Amino acid sequence: MEVLLDVRGLRTQFHTKAGVVRAVDGVSWNVRKGETVALVGESGCGKSVSALSVMRLVSAPAGRIVEGEILFKGRNLLALSEEEMRKVRGREIGMIFQEPMTSLNPVLTVGRQLTEPLEIHLGMTRAQAQIRAVEMLSLVGITDGARRLRQFPHQFSGGMRQRIMIAMALACDPALILADEPTTALDVTIQAQILELMKSLSRRLGIAILMITHNLGVVARYADRVNVMYGGKIVERASAREIYANPRHPYTLGLLRSVPRLDEPRRAKLQPIPGQPPDLSRLPVGCSFAPRCAYVVDRCREQVPPLDEISVEHLSACWLARDLPTLTPAEVSGR
Amino acid sequence: MEVRNLVKHFQIGGGLFGGRAATVKAVDGVSFSIRRGETLGLVGESGCGKTTTGRAILRLELPTSGEVIFEGRDMAKLSDTELRGMRRRMQVIFQDPYSSLNPRMTVGQIISEPLAVHRIVPDRAARAARVHELLRHAGLLPAMARRYPHELSGGQRQRVGIARALAMEPTLIICDEPVSALDVSIQAQIINLLEELQTEFGLTCLFVAHDLSVVRHISDRVAVMYLGKIVEITDRKALYEDPQHPYTKALLSAVPIPDPAVEAMREHVVLGGEVPSPLNPPSGCVFHPRCPIAVADCRQIVPELREIKPGHQAACIRL
Repeated sequence: MEVLLDVRGLRTQFHTKAGVVRAVDGVSWNVRKGETVALVGESGCGKSVSALSVMRLVSAPAGRIVEGEILFKGRNLLALSEEEMRKVRGREIGMIFQEPMTSLNPVLTVGRQLTEPLEIHLGMTRAQAQIRAVEMLSLVGITDGARRLRQFPHQFSGGMRQRIMIAMALACDPALILADEPTTALDVTIQAQILELMKSLSRRLGIAILMITHNLGVVARYADRVNVMYGGKIVERASAREIYANPRHPYTLGLLRSVPRLDEPRRAKLQPIPGQPPDLSRLPVGCSFAPRCAYVVDRCREQVPPLDEISVEHLSACWLARDLPTLTPAEVSGR
Repeated sequence: MEVRNLVKHFQIGGGLFGGRAATVKAVDGVSFSIRRGETLGLVGESGCGKTTTGRAILRLELPTSGEVIFEGRDMAKLSDTELRGMRRRMQVIFQDPYSSLNPRMTVGQIISEPLAVHRIVPDRAARAARVHELLRHAGLLPAMARRYPHELSGGQRQRVGIARALAMEPTLIICDEPVSALDVSIQAQIINLLEELQTEFGLTCLFVAHDLSVVRHISDRVAVMYLGKIVEITDRKALYEDPQHPYTKALLSAVPIPDPAVEAMREHVVLGGEVPSPLNPPSGCVFHPRCPIAVADCRQIVPELREIKPGHQAACIRL
């Protein structure tokens, strides 16, 4: 499959009073045409900053992309002028954020917010944009579009607002959508609706999705490939099936062991990952997961393990990747 | 503890700035009981009334009607002094540990204040020792007593909230989404801690949450709420292995399982529509507009919570 977005050696830092925060610390990943790729990790692991870097929305002057290339359809986005970049945002790459209420403008009607990008990016007249906006609303399951367009964001429920965000992201027919925790603020039944909608639209329209989330269940249901991030780095990458069946990094293994699962017998006790996620301004010398790792050896505290291929399309950044125990069903259920 | 026909309605509008007066039926006739040492999970989506139920039990919200019987006494009939004594025995752990800790107080002050106010440990030196002991129970080092909340991580703050609740030597703990603001790897730490403390101190627990996997892990019995009402209540095992109410079934099916192989095989019931506003709940069964098995009668008849199988109650006329 053709590579659509290719992020190479990206390093994004924030200069704060507390020191330099290495939010994204030399990561490479890509998204192929039409596929759904997940960036998974906990708060502060650098997953959102990765997406903001692609859009060049990292807030200056504190935040800066200090190294790397972001190739989108072969063009390096980091080399574009601000004006050229504006033509990429919203036009070729759409974005969906976690909290639709804070990303929609409360004083503009939904219609204005949907038609504006159509007029600016696609040069439609207001009337054409209006027709297209009604179409977009019906595509995301909002009926009575003509009336709904005259309403303001506060007149919609959380799930409806997220549908509007999706309609906005899709409006200019982008090749890629960056979805940052698109359903975290929503209830489970609404989450299921929104994710099903995104999946079916991406299949039908051939749109690639970068899904940023902390929810391992959402990833399992919707992603083709998965990148696990920890401490500003990618620690493991594989197809969704492979990573859940055969995790090759202690952090991935720990995450999968720590969540209770509805389909497994109830465990007497959960197996948490001990300790705290690292402070990105004070990362340890070696592997940043070493202080919490159950399999740590001396080498881990001295040298950062590289992200190496351990089998076809399965990469892990762990010195012991090949020697880790496998996740047997018996182990998962603690019997 | 027993809750009988608890109702909490909020009046909105109709005040100084006009607007149409209306009633939000946040909790609309909820009954359940929790045995000593037991954990009852209360699940539902946002706006279903699960948090208000917890708050009405604590009398943080005055119930519109209904009874809360705690250790044999009706909470509504207590004098202020008696209520204060009773409140000591019911503690709450909130979702957001940051906004429920005073940012200007050290961890030590936060935990020792109730010990002083309620004269549980009147002596200063003994109080400091007790604070250290409570911190250890919550899995924190005694040195934490000198820190301020902003210096702590989310998980550590939640541990402080737990230590503060334990300080009052409660018999009942109401946990309102205690782990949903925490990272996945930290959630398991806090859940294990809550379970250990419950066993150690014989606590009775009402566990309010929206995460069905977490609720299954921690609860002995589970009640499912929808739009101010309990739609199903039974043992953990029966609820998860043999759910009866169509809403419970849809909720369980909506939870993604962290395993693509399992996900590919699973049947997904995706509910249409959204949770209706509690301002204007649907007639008859409040779930009927989204229900996959609704019939014409569901629009008229308000289903009573009734026993479908021994120890298994559900509110649905189709069962």
